[in-house]
Amino acid sequence: MELTTLETIPGKTITRHLGLVQGSTVRSKHAGKDILAGLKNFVGGELKSYTALLNESRNEAIERMVAQAQAVGANAVVNIRFSTSNIAAGAAEVMAYGTAVVVG
Amino acid sequence: MEVVIQIGIFVVLLAVGWFAGRAAEKRHFRELAETEASLRDILVFNERRLPPDGKFSRATLVVGSVVIAEDYFKRIAAGLRGLVGGRITVYESLLDRGRREAIVRMKQEARELGATMIMNVRLETASMAEDQSGRAPMFSAEFIAYGTALVPDRRS
Repeated sequence: MELTTLETIPGKTITRHLGLVQGSTVRSKHAGKDILAGLKNFVGGELKSYTALLNESRNEAIERMVAQAQAVGANAVVNIRFSTSNIAAGAAEVMAYGTAVVVG
Repeated sequence: MEVVIQIGIFVVLLAVGWFAGRAAEKRHFRELAETEASLRDILVFNERRLPPDGKFSRATLVVGSVVIAEDYFKRIAAGLRGLVGGRITVYESLLDRGRREAIVRMKQEARELGATMIMNVRLETASMAEDQSGRAPMFSAEFIAYGTALVPDRRS
């Protein structure tokens, strides 16, 4: 499975378009790692546990998108975009979407 | 007596934020300058089209992200600034740090793949300020940088 943010895969041609595929995951931002983040309140800086949490969520969103693409018989996803939104207090949705295509 | 203790706590937190926060920010900017210099040979574009003369063996998604939070001093300073309006410089430097860090991480991922350029780069910011009770205890934001890393064809 090839993944790009471009409209094409360099050096290859798209032979079939299979439409939009997407994957998303909703995570609580307070997954027991909050005590450290609370202490960070006073000194600021990177919240490493949140960075890790969101990275994990993003990878899972990508995996789900890839699974959907495989299900429709694609071998690449082009034009990938990410979006993160706060759907409720304390929860974040991480989403990845793109166009499933067959390249040859 | 209670008032004195409360003011005391406030002053201590403010001092911690001021000293620790400033030291961390200085260190972060220094680290950023170093890593950015070492990654300067990876070219980053937000252009969608590929260079017409390039030959690439591989094109793949790369992502860099970071969640960064304010310190107590910045929070108070921004709150005071909010009363009179104008530029909130304490936040400007925070956002600058976050975004540069995300780009650096994306470039590091590209470096590991042996890529020389990253095309169609997108930057995104998501605020994470709210907690479960719906209040905003502090400002924190996630910065994402992503794009397509291009690995040159070694045979050509």
